[in-house]
Amino acid sequence: MPTLKREGMAPRLQNLCAKHRNLVTLFGHSPMIEISEVHKSFENHANVLSNINVQIEQRQFVSIVGPSGCGKSTLLRLVAGLDVPTSGQITVDGDSPSHRLASRTAFVFQDATLLPWRTAAGNVRLPLELQNNVNRQTPQTVRDTLSLVGLLPSDADKYPRMLSGGMQMRTSLARAIVTEPEVLLLDEPFGALDDILRQQLNEELLSLWAKKKWTTIFVTHNVSEAVFLSNRVLVMSHRPGQIAADIAVPFEYPRNRKLRSDSKFAELCGQVSEHLREAAAV
Amino acid sequence: MKNEKLSLLSFVLPLVTLGVVIALWQITVTVGQFKIHLLPAPLDVANVLADTAMRENLWAATCRTGKAAMGGFTAAVIIGVLTSLLFSQAKWIRQSGYPYAIFFQTVPIVAIAPFVIRLFGFGLSSVMVVSAIISLFPIITNTTTGLISVDPKQLELFHLNRASRWQILWKLQFPSAIRFLMTGMKTSSGLAVVGAIVGEFFTGGSVDGYGLGYYIRLTSDLMKTPELFAYMICSTLLGVIAFLFISLVERFLLKRWIA
Repeated sequence: MPTLKREGMAPRLQNLCAKHRNLVTLFGHSPMIEISEVHKSFENHANVLSNINVQIEQRQFVSIVGPSGCGKSTLLRLVAGLDVPTSGQITVDGDSPSHRLASRTAFVFQDATLLPWRTAAGNVRLPLELQNNVNRQTPQTVRDTLSLVGLLPSDADKYPRMLSGGMQMRTSLARAIVTEPEVLLLDEPFGALDDILRQQLNEELLSLWAKKKWTTIFVTHNVSEAVFLSNRVLVMSHRPGQIAADIAVPFEYPRNRKLRSDSKFAELCGQVSEHLREAAAV
Repeated sequence: MKNEKLSLLSFVLPLVTLGVVIALWQITVTVGQFKIHLLPAPLDVANVLADTAMRENLWAATCRTGKAAMGGFTAAVIIGVLTSLLFSQAKWIRQSGYPYAIFFQTVPIVAIAPFVIRLFGFGLSSVMVVSAIISLFPIITNTTTGLISVDPKQLELFHLNRASRWQILWKLQFPSAIRFLMTGMKTSSGLAVVGAIVGEFFTGGSVDGYGLGYYIRLTSDLMKTPELFAYMICSTLLGVIAFLFISLVERFLLKRWIA
């Protein structure tokens, strides 16, 4: 078991960062997430990520698509602070990912990763417990969050094994957003669901995003999902993982399901797929 | 066994097997004309059980042994879980302690029982200590395995939320280990009965009377084989009951979590 690192930021350093952030704001440009010259290689492995430079503005919804094994999940884990880059730098709102307050970045795993011995409500409550943030409003917060992701009050007391795959994923999403994060990182969250359910959850995720305006990075290998959701799609190439294309998605929000049958949507999906093909062929 | 639904057949079929075995046994003894002290027939054993005083004595001895086994088992669970919690904290602690935990599995209990009695005296406490020693190892191995093999994704979830070591232990590792602990307890429950009986071979039992182990030795020495069989059957039933009880507890605890 890897040992736990608890890194508290020294007050002086904290002040310095705050000042720095103000300065940056003064000059009118402060990307929420900044990834500069990031390389990542694992022991006995080729480079997984090579020279990644990405800036993500506040409240942007960015999807990363790429062939499997291209390192897109690794990149997301670096932004979450679950791993550190071999070289280069990542800052989220001016801080290094591992220095950030836990409540300000949330992560949704590929599998629901629910604790089987806790009910849906108990699972959603967990981040608040771990961050020592439980108070009298907590039960209400948990109920509200569950209904926000479309779970019925009667589902709150069910154990994960009694919930369908879609409901488990909704619970997992509720657990991520219950702390009101500013940054939401999603690692192929709907990959295991059937297509209709995936589309439905995509639409619900967008309407939640419209309310909460998280800065969002969404990793997927599904091109249409990426285009439907995002302001911007990054295409990653294979070994070493590099950003091969950075495509703006011009469609207005709020988007609804009709967008999927729009010819411009199909055209853009085709473009992204073409980039993806090239990236995979390298 | 865990995955099979309990149906009427799962009760009836074992009973049929039992009937067949008893019938074959009766036939073997009758045809082979075994001496009663060598191999009594089922009817001889039934005769012994027909005696009220004998039945009362059997019941009392079974209760005493059961009590001692329960005491030993409880001690083993408490000591075992505490040891596992300690082992789960660092690899070096496991490496330092584990070889000595194996001692409890490999030690010939018959060899150290006289020494235990020297320490704890003739009586219930010695019987419980012997029972605890023999049932400790499965608790330690299973619980330690459960504590250190948590789902890496769930662990990452805890790290993302900056969980403290204490929170990880109580909210993740310990609940994950309960399934493993139950497996260990099922093995240990039977061993605890064995331990209590072995303890009673040497001490006789508790202050208020003798246990099954004492009577097994006594009837064996006196070549009262039908009585010996009666005590043997009670010992077996005690072990089976202990196992079934823990299995029920497991079912009750885990049915909500695991399909």
